[in-house]
Amino acid sequence: MAVLGSTNRGVRDSGPSGWLAVPALVFFLAFAVIPLIGVVFLSFTSWNGLGEIKLQGLASWTTVLTDPVTGNALVVTAKVMFFSFIVQAPVSLLLGVFTAGGQKYRAALAVLYFLPLLLSSAAVAIAFKALLDPNFGLGPGFNLPILAQDWLGNSDLVLFVVVFVIAWQFVPFHTLIYQGGVRQIPASLYEAAEIDGAGRLRQFWNITLPQLKYTIITSSTLMVVGSLAYFDLIFVLTGGGPGYSTRLLPLHMYLTGFKANDMGAASALGVMLIVIGLGLALLLQRLGGKNRNASQLEGA
Amino acid sequence: MNGNDMTFRKLRSAAVAITAAGLAVSLAACGSSGPAGSSVSSDSASMWGLTGGNQPVLQKSVDDWNQANPDKSIKLDFFANDAYKTKVRTAIGAGEGPTFVYGWGGGVLKSYVDASQVDDLSTFVKDNPQVKDRYLPSVLKNGEVNGKTYALPNNNVQPVVLYFNKDVFDKVGAQPPKTWDDLMALVPKFKQAGIAPFSLGGQSKWPDLMWLEYLVERIGGPEVFANIAANKPGAWSDPAVKEALTKIQELAGAGGFINGFSSVAADSNADQALMYTGKAAMILQGGWIYQGMKKDAADFVKSGKLGYTTFPTVSGGKGDPANVVGNPSNFWSISAKATDAQKKAALDYVKDGMFTDANTDALISSGAVPVVKGIEDKLAASPDKDFLTFVYGLAKNAPSFTLSWDQALSPAQGDAMLSNLDQIFLQKISPDQFISTMNATIGK
Repeated sequence: MAVLGSTNRGVRDSGPSGWLAVPALVFFLAFAVIPLIGVVFLSFTSWNGLGEIKLQGLASWTTVLTDPVTGNALVVTAKVMFFSFIVQAPVSLLLGVFTAGGQKYRAALAVLYFLPLLLSSAAVAIAFKALLDPNFGLGPGFNLPILAQDWLGNSDLVLFVVVFVIAWQFVPFHTLIYQGGVRQIPASLYEAAEIDGAGRLRQFWNITLPQLKYTIITSSTLMVVGSLAYFDLIFVLTGGGPGYSTRLLPLHMYLTGFKANDMGAASALGVMLIVIGLGLALLLQRLGGKNRNASQLEGA
Repeated sequence: MNGNDMTFRKLRSAAVAITAAGLAVSLAACGSSGPAGSSVSSDSASMWGLTGGNQPVLQKSVDDWNQANPDKSIKLDFFANDAYKTKVRTAIGAGEGPTFVYGWGGGVLKSYVDASQVDDLSTFVKDNPQVKDRYLPSVLKNGEVNGKTYALPNNNVQPVVLYFNKDVFDKVGAQPPKTWDDLMALVPKFKQAGIAPFSLGGQSKWPDLMWLEYLVERIGGPEVFANIAANKPGAWSDPAVKEALTKIQELAGAGGFINGFSSVAADSNADQALMYTGKAAMILQGGWIYQGMKKDAADFVKSGKLGYTTFPTVSGGKGDPANVVGNPSNFWSISAKATDAQKKAALDYVKDGMFTDANTDALISSGAVPVVKGIEDKLAASPDKDFLTFVYGLAKNAPSFTLSWDQALSPAQGDAMLSNLDQIFLQKISPDQFISTMNATIGK
């Protein structure tokens, strides 16, 4: 909307026409805003997916908010979000800095690191499920007791297994973002630092990290908000189990809607997800400071 | 219809479309190709079947039908069990369901009937008495709702059976359990030999349910679940339920189930593989896994190493030891939203295409017992005659054949039951917690 507004104020000459945004807006309206309104409406109804939709006020909301499974799903989601972040952020930052170097062997390794990006979540989940099978998987196959844990059936372990598999799949993506970020940093900064006698570590802390500030914010936003959307991988890998150990909020929403056929409660959970996701995204943007659009690059 | 209804109807279609669009993304990958042949067109009757033991039999039956009746052809697609259950409901809600709706009868069928999504077949059955006459009578009633026929059996009887590995039993010198006490006494014996007493596909959750179904049946008889299914308030508080849950937790606590059972999936047949590879001694599973083992472990089955028996009795239990639980059969319902031409093709197939001699023989040779009368001779002539006559006898002589509870109850109740039963197996909740949670779902 802001784009359309600015054209009216006579900046038409300096940029592309606001009408170029129309197709995107139409799609956004059709596939995001209108369904969203539908979901908010459904959250005040009772509907099993087949019969008539009946208005029932706040009943779905009270069911959802008093259900201990919802509370558990929120805790599990927060845990996955936290652990995913502290695992993925440093690993992908370091890998990104590493692969940004021009050496041939680094380019070759980078190609290998990016391979998981090409695989669909379902394929990744099926592969890991087979590898981690307590009876037919890697551990029993190679007779390695340390690998023969009940990775997906032990309520205490399974959360970390899920965090690991998520990291395996998404670290390449964030590595790519950091690689791009690092390559944007002007070489002159490093040359100046070298003249001033700064070592490798010093350069990393005082040049690379501060220059990557906005890349870090972008990547972190994607990681944190993305945790709210982990569904396919976990659905295939554990189905939310054992018990409720890996039943994240999006999975809980799906199972409530399509397994228990309670669309009212599922819609209420969907609204919760959206509110939490938007809140987190806004918070992270705030952390970036007010002048987040200003460039830190010299001369830009 | 007043204006309010109209608005709701529109909103509902919109909601259905939205949810279906979302689902399509996750489920689109499940489909597989339909039958060969150019006679299948877009206005053909559509049929969704399940992957697994009966897939080739159904495929052949439909292929034969299409060849003989190009003007009444059927387009057949297959889906995996768990994915199918979600997909078909969403599709029906969106008015995009198949002409033939594959089902289990029970509460799920009732929810389709309540929403007027499947046709009443009572007139069809009355006009074509030969259709009704071919079935075992006890199986037919699972396709009835409020005294009317909405679904007709389409494959084989599937009672839940206790399978065991004879090799493993010989190795430790044990006999298959006749009573629950025998069963509990076997647990340390097998554990000492480094073999898991029972395999269990706990990740799929529904195999857990077979334990509860049989224990409640043996302890309290079929009335206990009949009361639950009839939504009588507090029906879960029957002492038989608590005793059954306690026994399950005792067995799980004693290490009765294989390590990591909660990550073993039944959909991938990993649970039965554990039994026939000798990692586990026994498995409680549906009659349908025989077909799978016949294919995946042909030598094991052929050499007679596969044993099977009825579920043990429980001392002091009220249930008749001849009673069984499981799936009496699967069923075809006809979608109310199909066109007249599709419905005609579908009903003609039900009348003349199903349980033809070729179809019945194919079912038997796949290792299944068709739900039709007068097949004793055919069963006795089959290479799998021991198992088939055992299953046929179980189904025919059972005073009561209780439908799998997750199908008999409404979807909301069924889902809550499976989730909470999973917690029972994992020792995360007590039987009392299970009972009070489930009592709260009565009537939902």
